[in-house]
Amino acid sequence: MTVKKQGAEELLGVNKFSVDEEEPHIVIDKSICAKCKDKPCLVICPAVLYTLKDGEINFDYAGCLECGTCRVMCTNKGIVKWTYPRGTFGVAFRYG
Amino acid sequence: MGEEEKFDAIIIGAGPAGTACAYVLAKEGKNVLLIERGVSAGSKNVTGGRLYTYALELVEPGLHSEAPLERKVIREQIMMLGKKSAVTIDYLDYTFKEEVPQSYSVLRAPFDEWFAGKAEEQGAMVASGILVDDLLFEGNKVIGVKAGEDEMYADVVIAADGINSFMAQKAGLRSDLTGHMVGVGVKEVIELPAEIIQDRFNVASDEGTARMIIGCTEGIQGGGFLYTNKDSVSLGIVFSPENAAKQGKSIHEIYQDFKMHPAIYPLIRDGNTVEYGAHLVPESGWRGVPQKLYRDGFIVTGDAAGFCINTGTILRGIDLAIVSGVAAARAVIEAKDGSTVGTSYMRELEQLGLIPTMKLFAGWPDIVAIPRMAETYPHLANDALRFMFTVDGTVPEKMPKAMRAIVKKHVSMGQLIADGWKGVTSI
Repeated sequence: MTVKKQGAEELLGVNKFSVDEEEPHIVIDKSICAKCKDKPCLVICPAVLYTLKDGEINFDYAGCLECGTCRVMCTNKGIVKWTYPRGTFGVAFRYG
Repeated sequence: MGEEEKFDAIIIGAGPAGTACAYVLAKEGKNVLLIERGVSAGSKNVTGGRLYTYALELVEPGLHSEAPLERKVIREQIMMLGKKSAVTIDYLDYTFKEEVPQSYSVLRAPFDEWFAGKAEEQGAMVASGILVDDLLFEGNKVIGVKAGEDEMYADVVIAADGINSFMAQKAGLRSDLTGHMVGVGVKEVIELPAEIIQDRFNVASDEGTARMIIGCTEGIQGGGFLYTNKDSVSLGIVFSPENAAKQGKSIHEIYQDFKMHPAIYPLIRDGNTVEYGAHLVPESGWRGVPQKLYRDGFIVTGDAAGFCINTGTILRGIDLAIVSGVAAARAVIEAKDGSTVGTSYMRELEQLGLIPTMKLFAGWPDIVAIPRMAETYPHLANDALRFMFTVDGTVPEKMPKAMRAIVKKHVSMGQLIADGWKGVTSI
Protein backbone atom coordinates (compact mmCIF):
# COMPACT_ATOMS: atom_id res chain seq x y z
CA MET A 1 0.00 0.00 0.00
CA THR A 2 1.42 3.34 -0.95
CA VAL A 3 1.26 6.34 1.32
CA LYS A 4 -1.84 8.48 0.76
CA LYS A 5 -4.25 10.80 2.48
CA GLN A 6 -5.90 8.68 5.15
CA GLY A 7 -8.64 9.03 7.71
CA ALA A 8 -7.70 8.82 11.37
CA GLU A 9 -9.50 5.54 11.89
CA GLU A 10 -7.62 3.91 9.04
CA LEU A 11 -4.30 5.23 10.33
CA LEU A 12 -4.98 4.08 13.88
CA GLY A 13 -5.52 0.65 12.37
CA VAL A 14 -1.77 0.30 11.76
CA ASN A 15 -1.00 0.96 15.44
CA LYS A 16 -0.84 -1.63 18.17
CA PHE A 17 -3.36 -1.19 20.98
CA SER A 18 -4.27 -3.22 24.02
CA VAL A 19 -7.62 -1.79 25.05
CA ASP A 20 -8.59 -1.91 28.72
CA GLU A 21 -12.19 -3.03 28.32
CA GLU A 22 -12.90 -2.83 32.06
CA GLU A 23 -11.66 0.64 32.86
CA PRO A 24 -11.81 3.60 30.45
CA HIS A 25 -8.93 5.96 31.19
CA ILE A 26 -10.80 9.02 29.91
CA VAL A 27 -14.41 9.76 30.83
CA ILE A 28 -16.51 12.67 29.62
CA ASP A 29 -19.73 14.08 31.03
CA LYS A 30 -21.93 14.67 28.01
CA SER A 31 -24.21 17.04 29.91
CA ILE A 32 -21.26 19.41 30.43
CA CYS A 33 -20.13 18.96 26.81
CA ALA A 34 -23.64 19.82 25.61
CA LYS A 35 -23.24 23.28 27.17
CA CYS A 36 -19.72 23.81 25.80
CA LYS A 37 -19.77 26.17 22.85
CA ASP A 38 -16.09 25.91 21.90
CA LYS A 39 -15.67 22.14 21.63
CA PRO A 40 -11.92 22.34 20.91
CA CYS A 41 -11.76 18.54 21.25
CA LEU A 42 -13.31 18.20 17.79
CA VAL A 43 -10.24 19.65 16.07
CA ILE A 44 -7.28 19.14 18.42
CA CYS A 45 -7.42 15.39 19.04
CA PRO A 46 -4.81 13.88 16.68
CA ALA A 47 -6.77 10.63 16.60
CA VAL A 48 -10.12 12.42 15.98
CA LEU A 49 -11.77 10.45 18.78
CA TYR A 50 -14.20 13.25 19.61
CA THR A 51 -16.97 13.54 17.06
CA LEU A 52 -20.38 15.16 16.84
CA LYS A 53 -23.40 12.95 16.33
CA ASP A 54 -26.80 14.64 16.21
CA GLY A 55 -25.29 17.59 18.04
CA GLU A 56 -23.93 15.42 20.84
CA ILE A 57 -20.24 14.73 21.57
CA ASN A 58 -19.28 11.12 20.97
CA PHE A 59 -16.03 9.82 22.37
CA ASP A 60 -14.17 6.56 22.08
CA TYR A 61 -11.09 6.02 24.25
CA ALA A 62 -10.01 2.90 22.36
CA GLY A 63 -7.77 4.63 19.78
CA CYS A 64 -6.24 7.10 22.23
CA LEU A 65 -2.58 8.00 21.60
CA GLU A 66 -2.31 9.25 25.23
CA CYS A 67 -0.90 12.65 24.29
CA GLY A 68 -3.02 14.66 26.75
CA THR A 69 -4.05 17.45 24.35
CA CYS A 70 -7.78 17.03 25.03
CA ARG A 71 -7.28 17.35 28.79
CA VAL A 72 -5.14 20.45 28.38
CA MET A 73 -7.61 22.09 26.00
CA CYS A 74 -10.87 21.06 27.72
CA THR A 75 -11.51 24.41 29.35
CA ASN A 76 -15.13 23.71 30.27
CA LYS A 77 -14.14 20.51 32.07
CA GLY A 78 -16.38 18.06 30.24
CA ILE A 79 -13.53 15.60 30.65
CA VAL A 80 -14.16 14.43 34.18
CA LYS A 81 -11.43 11.82 34.25
CA TRP A 82 -8.11 11.73 32.39
CA THR A 83 -5.50 9.27 33.57
CA TYR A 84 -3.02 7.10 31.76
CA PRO A 85 -4.37 3.61 31.05
CA ARG A 86 -3.55 0.99 33.66
CA GLY A 87 -0.11 -0.61 33.27
CA THR A 88 0.46 -2.48 29.94
CA PHE A 89 -2.83 -1.18 28.47
CA GLY A 90 -3.33 1.44 25.77
CA VAL A 91 -1.21 2.23 22.75
CA ALA A 92 2.11 0.40 22.30
CA PHE A 93 4.33 2.30 19.89
CA ARG A 94 6.64 0.00 17.93
CA TYR A 95 8.55 2.85 16.29
CA GLY A 96 7.91 5.99 18.32
CA MET B 1 7.61 -6.32 46.49
CA GLY B 2 7.83 -6.34 50.28
CA GLU B 3 7.33 -3.20 52.31
CA GLU B 4 10.62 -3.85 54.04
CA GLU B 5 12.60 -3.22 50.89
CA LYS B 6 13.71 0.35 50.53
CA PHE B 7 15.47 1.62 47.44
CA ASP B 8 18.10 4.31 47.22
CA ALA B 9 16.00 5.77 44.40
CA ILE B 10 12.74 5.05 42.63
CA ILE B 11 12.49 6.53 39.16
CA ILE B 12 9.09 6.97 37.51
CA GLY B 13 9.29 6.57 33.74
CA ALA B 14 11.87 4.75 31.59
CA GLY B 15 12.32 7.45 28.97
CA PRO B 16 15.73 9.03 28.35
CA ALA B 17 15.71 11.07 31.60
CA GLY B 18 14.68 8.21 33.86
CA THR B 19 16.89 5.62 32.22
CA ALA B 20 19.98 7.87 32.16
CA CYS B 21 19.43 8.47 35.86
CA ALA B 22 18.97 4.76 36.59
CA TYR B 23 22.06 3.87 34.57
CA VAL B 24 24.37 6.28 36.39
CA LEU B 25 22.99 5.37 39.82
CA ALA B 26 23.17 1.63 39.21
CA LYS B 27 26.71 1.93 37.93
CA GLU B 28 27.59 3.61 41.20
CA GLY B 29 26.19 0.59 43.01
CA LYS B 30 22.95 2.21 44.12
CA ASN B 31 19.82 0.19 44.60
CA VAL B 32 17.50 1.58 41.91
CA LEU B 33 13.97 0.79 40.79
CA LEU B 34 12.96 2.12 37.37
CA ILE B 35 9.19 1.92 36.85
CA GLU B 36 7.65 2.07 33.37
CA ARG B 37 3.91 2.07 32.60
CA GLY B 38 4.32 0.74 29.07
CA VAL B 39 4.59 -2.94 28.33
CA SER B 40 8.23 -2.15 27.54
CA ALA B 41 10.35 0.99 27.77
CA GLY B 42 9.70 3.22 24.76
CA SER B 43 6.25 1.88 23.98
CA LYS B 44 4.61 5.11 25.16
CA ASN B 45 7.08 7.52 23.67
CA VAL B 46 7.11 9.51 20.45
CA THR B 47 9.74 11.94 19.20
CA GLY B 48 10.41 13.85 16.00
CA GLY B 49 13.16 12.79 16.28
CA ARG B 50 16.75 13.34 16.74
CA LEU B 51 19.23 12.65 19.52
CA TYR B 52 22.20 14.97 20.04
CA THR B 53 24.92 12.47 20.83
CA TYR B 54 26.89 14.38 23.48
CA ALA B 55 24.21 13.56 26.03
CA LEU B 56 24.57 9.81 25.61
CA GLU B 57 28.34 10.24 25.86
CA LEU B 58 27.80 11.98 29.18
CA VAL B 59 26.14 8.83 30.50
CA GLU B 60 29.00 6.63 29.31
CA PRO B 61 31.59 7.44 26.65
CA GLY B 62 31.21 5.15 23.63
CA LEU B 63 27.63 4.20 24.44
CA HIS B 64 26.31 5.70 21.19
CA SER B 65 28.29 3.21 19.09
CA GLU B 66 26.14 0.30 20.26
CA ALA B 67 22.82 2.19 20.45
CA PRO B 68 20.07 1.40 17.92
CA LEU B 69 20.29 4.83 16.33
CA GLU B 70 19.18 5.53 12.76
CA ARG B 71 21.27 7.88 10.60
CA LYS B 72 24.03 10.42 11.30
CA VAL B 73 22.50 13.78 10.47
CA ILE B 74 24.70 15.69 8.02
CA ARG B 75 22.04 17.60 6.10
CA GLU B 76 20.23 20.31 8.06
CA GLN B 77 17.38 21.84 6.10
CA ILE B 78 14.81 24.55 6.49
CA MET B 79 11.86 24.39 4.14
CA MET B 80 9.31 27.14 3.55
CA LEU B 81 6.22 25.95 1.76
CA GLY B 82 4.10 27.97 -0.61
CA LYS B 83 0.83 26.65 -2.02
CA LYS B 84 2.51 24.85 -4.92
CA SER B 85 6.12 25.80 -4.31
CA ALA B 86 8.86 25.56 -1.73
CA VAL B 87 12.06 27.28 -0.73
CA THR B 88 14.57 24.93 0.88
CA ILE B 89 17.80 25.91 2.57
CA ASP B 90 20.13 22.93 2.63
CA TYR B 91 23.14 23.04 4.91
CA LEU B 92 25.48 20.11 4.36
CA ASP B 93 28.25 19.54 6.90
CA TYR B 94 30.43 16.43 6.88
CA THR B 95 32.11 17.42 10.15
CA PHE B 96 28.78 16.52 11.78
CA LYS B 97 29.58 12.83 11.18
CA GLU B 98 33.21 12.82 12.31
CA GLU B 99 34.35 10.79 15.35
CA VAL B 100 31.39 11.09 17.68
CA PRO B 101 28.72 12.27 15.22
CA GLN B 102 26.85 15.35 16.42
CA SER B 103 23.39 13.84 16.13
CA TYR B 104 21.43 10.84 14.93
CA SER B 105 17.87 10.42 13.80
CA VAL B 106 16.16 8.09 16.24
CA LEU B 107 13.04 6.01 16.74
CA ARG B 108 12.14 5.92 20.38
CA ALA B 109 10.59 2.49 20.82
CA PRO B 110 13.79 0.59 19.92
CA PHE B 111 16.08 3.21 21.45
CA ASP B 112 14.36 3.47 24.83
CA GLU B 113 14.03 -0.28 25.13
CA TRP B 114 17.74 -0.73 24.41
CA PHE B 115 18.68 2.04 26.85
CA ALA B 116 16.58 0.55 29.66
CA GLY B 117 18.28 -2.77 28.95
CA LYS B 118 21.66 -1.10 29.40
CA ALA B 119 20.55 0.34 32.76
CA GLU B 120 19.42 -3.13 33.74
CA GLU B 121 22.87 -4.50 32.83
CA GLN B 122 24.34 -1.96 35.23
CA GLY B 123 22.15 -3.41 37.96
CA ALA B 124 19.00 -1.27 37.91
CA MET B 125 15.74 -3.09 38.50
CA VAL B 126 13.37 -2.29 35.62
CA ALA B 127 9.67 -2.88 36.31
CA SER B 128 7.60 -2.51 33.12
CA GLY B 129 3.85 -2.51 32.76
CA ILE B 130 3.31 -0.72 36.08
CA LEU B 131 1.51 2.62 36.32
CA VAL B 132 2.45 4.70 39.34
CA ASP B 133 -0.78 6.16 40.73
CA ASP B 134 0.45 8.30 43.56
CA LEU B 135 3.30 9.49 45.73
CA LEU B 136 3.68 8.45 49.37
CA PHE B 137 4.40 11.17 51.91
CA GLU B 138 5.61 11.27 55.48
CA GLY B 139 5.02 14.79 56.65
CA ASN B 140 6.51 16.98 53.96
CA LYS B 141 8.82 14.32 52.65
CA VAL B 142 8.17 12.08 49.65
CA ILE B 143 9.03 8.56 50.80
CA GLY B 144 7.84 6.35 47.97
CA VAL B 145 5.24 5.57 45.34
CA LYS B 146 1.96 3.74 45.13
CA ALA B 147 1.00 1.55 42.16
CA GLY B 148 -2.33 -0.19 42.55
CA GLU B 149 -2.14 -1.98 45.89
CA ASP B 150 1.65 -1.92 45.99
CA GLU B 151 3.64 0.58 47.99
CA MET B 152 7.35 0.99 47.33
CA TYR B 153 9.77 3.10 49.35
CA ALA B 154 12.95 5.01 48.57
CA ASP B 155 15.23 7.76 49.88
CA VAL B 156 14.54 9.76 46.75
CA VAL B 157 11.77 9.57 44.15
CA ILE B 158 12.61 10.93 40.71
CA ALA B 159 9.79 12.01 38.40
CA ALA B 160 10.71 11.27 34.79
CA ASP B 161 7.11 10.70 33.78
CA GLY B 162 6.99 12.98 30.77
CA ILE B 163 5.29 16.21 29.85
CA ASN B 164 1.93 15.48 31.47
CA SER B 165 3.83 14.73 34.73
CA PHE B 166 1.04 13.90 37.14
CA MET B 167 3.76 13.17 39.70
CA ALA B 168 5.16 16.72 39.65
CA GLN B 169 1.56 17.89 40.05
CA LYS B 170 0.92 15.55 42.96
CA ALA B 171 4.11 16.85 44.57
CA GLY B 172 2.63 20.35 44.29
CA LEU B 173 5.49 21.60 42.13
CA ARG B 174 3.42 22.23 39.04
CA SER B 175 -0.15 22.95 38.06
CA ASP B 176 -1.60 21.19 35.04
CA LEU B 177 -0.49 22.31 31.60
CA THR B 178 -2.31 25.01 29.69
CA GLY B 179 -2.72 25.27 25.92
CA HIS B 180 -0.10 27.96 25.38
CA MET B 181 2.62 25.95 27.16
CA VAL B 182 2.57 23.05 24.74
CA GLY B 183 2.57 21.95 21.13
CA VAL B 184 0.81 18.83 19.95
CA GLY B 185 2.91 16.80 17.58
CA VAL B 186 1.44 14.31 15.10
CA LYS B 187 3.63 12.03 13.07
CA GLU B 188 3.63 9.14 10.67
CA VAL B 189 6.49 6.70 10.34
CA ILE B 190 6.62 5.84 6.65
CA GLU B 191 8.66 2.85 5.54
CA LEU B 192 10.81 3.15 2.42
CA PRO B 193 13.76 1.11 1.16
CA ALA B 194 17.10 2.51 2.40
CA GLU B 195 18.40 3.05 -1.17
CA ILE B 196 15.37 5.13 -2.08
CA ILE B 197 15.86 7.31 1.00
CA GLN B 198 19.52 7.76 0.08
CA ASP B 199 18.61 8.76 -3.49
CA ARG B 200 15.79 11.12 -2.56
CA PHE B 201 17.76 12.93 0.14
CA ASN B 202 21.18 12.68 -1.46
CA VAL B 203 22.90 10.97 1.46
CA ALA B 204 25.08 7.87 1.89
CA SER B 205 23.92 4.73 3.67
CA ASP B 206 24.90 5.96 7.15
CA GLU B 207 23.92 9.60 6.61
CA GLY B 208 20.64 11.38 7.13
CA THR B 209 18.65 14.56 6.79
CA ALA B 210 16.76 16.64 9.32
CA ARG B 211 14.30 19.14 7.96
CA MET B 212 12.25 21.81 9.70
CA ILE B 213 9.27 23.01 7.69
CA ILE B 214 7.19 26.18 7.98
CA GLY B 215 4.18 27.22 5.98
CA CYS B 216 2.54 23.83 6.38
CA THR B 217 0.09 24.50 9.22
CA GLU B 218 -2.58 26.54 7.40
CA GLY B 219 -1.65 29.56 9.48
CA ILE B 220 -1.69 27.81 12.84
CA GLN B 221 1.35 28.51 14.98
CA GLY B 222 3.70 25.56 14.57
CA GLY B 223 5.80 23.77 12.02
CA GLY B 224 6.61 20.51 10.37
CA PHE B 225 9.55 18.16 10.55
CA LEU B 226 11.05 15.37 8.54
CA TYR B 227 13.78 12.98 9.67
CA THR B 228 15.27 10.18 7.63
CA ASN B 229 15.67 6.90 9.49
CA LYS B 230 17.47 3.81 8.18
CA ASP B 231 14.49 2.48 6.29
CA SER B 232 11.74 4.89 7.12
CA VAL B 233 10.96 8.58 7.21
CA SER B 234 9.45 10.36 10.23
CA LEU B 235 7.13 13.08 8.95
CA GLY B 236 5.06 15.26 11.24
CA ILE B 237 3.77 18.63 12.36
CA VAL B 238 3.72 20.29 15.77
CA PHE B 239 0.71 22.58 16.26
CA SER B 240 -0.17 25.09 18.93
CA PRO B 241 -3.39 23.48 20.22
CA GLU B 242 -4.65 26.86 21.41
CA ASN B 243 -4.25 28.29 17.92
CA ALA B 244 -5.66 25.19 16.27
CA ALA B 245 -8.78 25.32 18.42
CA LYS B 246 -9.65 28.74 17.00
CA GLN B 247 -10.25 27.37 13.50
CA GLY B 248 -12.49 24.63 12.25
CA LYS B 249 -10.25 22.05 10.62
CA SER B 250 -8.97 18.99 12.44
CA ILE B 251 -5.19 18.94 12.93
CA HIS B 252 -5.29 15.40 11.63
CA GLU B 253 -6.69 16.63 8.33
CA ILE B 254 -4.24 19.55 8.08
CA TYR B 255 -1.44 17.04 8.53
CA GLN B 256 -2.90 14.75 5.85
CA ASP B 257 -3.06 17.66 3.38
CA PHE B 258 0.55 18.55 4.23
CA LYS B 259 1.58 14.98 3.39
CA MET B 260 0.09 15.41 -0.05
CA HIS B 261 1.76 18.79 -0.73
CA PRO B 262 3.51 18.66 -4.14
CA ALA B 263 6.87 19.40 -2.48
CA ILE B 264 6.44 16.74 0.24
CA TYR B 265 4.63 13.84 -1.42
CA PRO B 266 7.46 12.90 -3.84
CA LEU B 267 9.69 12.32 -0.80
CA ILE B 268 7.38 9.69 0.68
CA ARG B 269 5.75 8.30 -2.47
CA ASP B 270 5.40 4.49 -2.56
CA GLY B 271 6.12 4.42 1.16
CA ASN B 272 4.09 2.47 3.64
CA THR B 273 2.78 4.08 6.82
CA VAL B 274 3.58 1.76 9.70
CA GLU B 275 2.63 3.99 12.64
CA TYR B 276 0.63 7.07 13.52
CA GLY B 277 1.73 8.76 16.73
CA ALA B 278 1.08 11.91 18.72
CA HIS B 279 2.68 13.55 21.71
CA LEU B 280 2.80 16.86 23.55
CA VAL B 281 5.94 19.01 23.40
CA PRO B 282 6.91 21.70 25.93
CA GLU B 283 6.91 25.00 24.00
CA SER B 284 7.59 27.71 26.59
CA GLY B 285 11.28 27.01 27.08
CA TRP B 286 12.78 28.28 30.32
CA ARG B 287 9.61 30.23 31.20
CA GLY B 288 7.66 26.98 31.26
CA VAL B 289 10.00 25.33 33.76
CA PRO B 290 8.40 25.18 37.22
CA GLN B 291 9.86 27.60 39.76
CA LYS B 292 10.90 24.72 41.96
CA LEU B 293 12.01 21.35 40.62
CA TYR B 294 12.34 19.53 43.92
CA ARG B 295 11.05 19.03 47.39
CA ASP B 296 12.22 16.87 50.25
CA GLY B 297 12.91 13.42 48.77
CA PHE B 298 11.71 14.30 45.28
CA ILE B 299 13.10 15.74 42.03
CA VAL B 300 11.65 16.37 38.57
CA THR B 301 13.55 15.70 35.31
CA GLY B 302 13.17 15.78 31.51
CA ASP B 303 9.90 16.77 29.86
CA ALA B 304 8.24 16.62 33.29
CA ALA B 305 10.42 19.63 34.18
CA GLY B 306 9.67 21.31 30.83
CA PHE B 307 13.23 20.97 29.53
CA CYS B 308 12.99 21.74 25.82
CA ILE B 309 14.61 24.22 23.45
CA ASN B 310 13.23 25.24 20.06
CA THR B 311 15.19 27.85 18.11
CA GLY B 312 13.61 27.19 14.74
CA THR B 313 16.75 25.38 13.53
CA ILE B 314 17.49 23.36 16.65
CA LEU B 315 14.99 21.28 18.57
CA ARG B 316 16.32 19.80 21.78
CA GLY B 317 14.47 17.58 24.20
CA ILE B 318 15.93 14.10 24.42
CA ASP B 319 19.45 15.37 25.11
CA LEU B 320 18.23 17.72 27.83
CA ALA B 321 16.25 14.86 29.35
CA ILE B 322 19.37 12.68 29.49
CA VAL B 323 21.47 15.50 30.95
CA SER B 324 18.85 16.15 33.65
CA GLY B 325 18.75 12.41 34.41
CA VAL B 326 22.52 12.41 34.89
CA ALA B 327 22.24 15.54 37.06
CA ALA B 328 19.61 13.83 39.20
CA ALA B 329 21.77 10.73 39.59
CA ARG B 330 24.81 12.78 40.61
CA ALA B 331 22.67 14.67 43.11
CA VAL B 332 21.47 11.42 44.68
CA ILE B 333 25.07 10.18 44.89
CA GLU B 334 26.29 13.44 46.48
CA ALA B 335 23.43 14.12 48.84
CA LYS B 336 23.55 12.83 52.37
CA ASP B 337 19.78 12.49 52.51
CA GLY B 338 16.62 13.40 50.65
CA SER B 339 16.47 16.90 52.11
CA THR B 340 19.63 18.12 50.33
CA VAL B 341 19.15 16.25 47.05
CA GLY B 342 17.17 19.09 45.45
CA THR B 343 19.82 21.76 45.89
CA SER B 344 22.50 19.34 44.66
CA TYR B 345 20.34 18.65 41.61
CA MET B 346 20.03 22.35 40.77
CA ARG B 347 23.78 22.79 41.14
CA GLU B 348 24.40 19.87 38.76
CA LEU B 349 21.93 21.26 36.19
CA GLU B 350 23.82 24.52 36.36
CA GLN B 351 27.25 22.87 36.06
CA LEU B 352 26.22 20.62 33.19
CA GLY B 353 25.13 23.72 31.30
CA LEU B 354 21.45 22.84 31.05
CA ILE B 355 20.06 25.80 32.99
CA PRO B 356 22.44 28.38 31.44
CA THR B 357 21.52 27.12 27.94
CA MET B 358 17.81 27.22 28.63
CA LYS B 359 18.13 30.73 30.04
CA LEU B 360 20.08 31.81 26.95
CA PHE B 361 17.17 30.79 24.73
CA ALA B 362 14.47 32.00 27.14
CA GLY B 363 13.10 34.61 24.72
CA TRP B 364 13.04 32.44 21.61
CA PRO B 365 9.52 31.07 22.05
CA ASP B 366 8.37 34.65 21.30
CA ILE B 367 9.82 34.38 17.79
CA VAL B 368 8.15 31.05 17.15
CA ALA B 369 4.94 32.68 18.38
CA ILE B 370 5.00 35.57 15.90
CA PRO B 371 1.69 34.89 14.10
CA ARG B 372 3.15 35.60 10.66
CA MET B 373 5.87 32.96 11.02
CA ALA B 374 3.44 30.14 10.27
CA GLU B 375 2.21 31.36 6.89
CA THR B 376 2.85 34.97 5.90
CA TYR B 377 6.64 34.90 5.84
CA PRO B 378 6.99 31.47 4.17
CA HIS B 379 4.56 32.60 1.46
CA LEU B 380 6.41 35.89 1.10
CA ALA B 381 9.70 34.04 0.59
CA ASN B 382 8.09 31.87 -2.09
CA ASP B 383 6.65 34.88 -3.93
CA ALA B 384 10.02 36.64 -3.85
CA LEU B 385 11.79 33.59 -5.29
CA ARG B 386 9.05 33.12 -7.89
CA PHE B 387 9.68 36.65 -9.13
CA MET B 388 13.42 36.05 -9.30
CA PHE B 389 13.02 32.86 -11.34
CA THR B 390 10.10 33.78 -13.58
CA VAL B 391 10.54 34.38 -17.31
CA ASP B 392 7.40 34.77 -19.42
CA GLY B 393 8.47 37.06 -22.23
CA THR B 394 6.94 40.21 -20.76
CA VAL B 395 9.04 43.13 -19.53
CA PRO B 396 9.54 42.49 -15.82
CA GLU B 397 9.22 45.15 -13.19
CA LYS B 398 12.35 46.58 -11.68
CA MET B 399 13.56 44.41 -8.83
CA PRO B 400 13.19 46.90 -5.93
CA LYS B 401 9.68 47.87 -6.99
CA ALA B 402 8.63 44.26 -7.45
CA MET B 403 10.04 43.26 -4.09
CA ARG B 404 8.31 46.13 -2.33
CA ALA B 405 5.03 45.07 -3.91
CA ILE B 406 5.52 41.45 -2.81
CA VAL B 407 6.28 42.47 0.76
CA LYS B 408 3.31 44.83 0.80
CA LYS B 409 0.99 42.10 -0.46
CA HIS B 410 1.76 39.99 2.62
CA VAL B 411 2.60 42.34 5.45
CA SER B 412 2.36 46.00 6.42
CA MET B 413 5.50 47.99 7.12
CA GLY B 414 4.37 48.39 10.73
CA GLN B 415 4.01 44.64 11.18
CA LEU B 416 7.36 44.03 9.58
CA ILE B 417 9.10 46.48 11.90
CA ALA B 418 7.27 45.09 14.95
CA ASP B 419 8.23 41.50 14.07
CA GLY B 420 11.83 42.51 13.36
CA TRP B 421 12.00 44.30 16.68
CA LYS B 422 10.50 41.31 18.44
CA GLY B 423 13.06 39.08 16.75
CA VAL B 424 15.97 41.22 17.84
CA THR B 425 14.79 41.70 21.41
CA SER B 426 13.87 38.04 21.89
CA ILE B 427 17.30 36.82 20.88
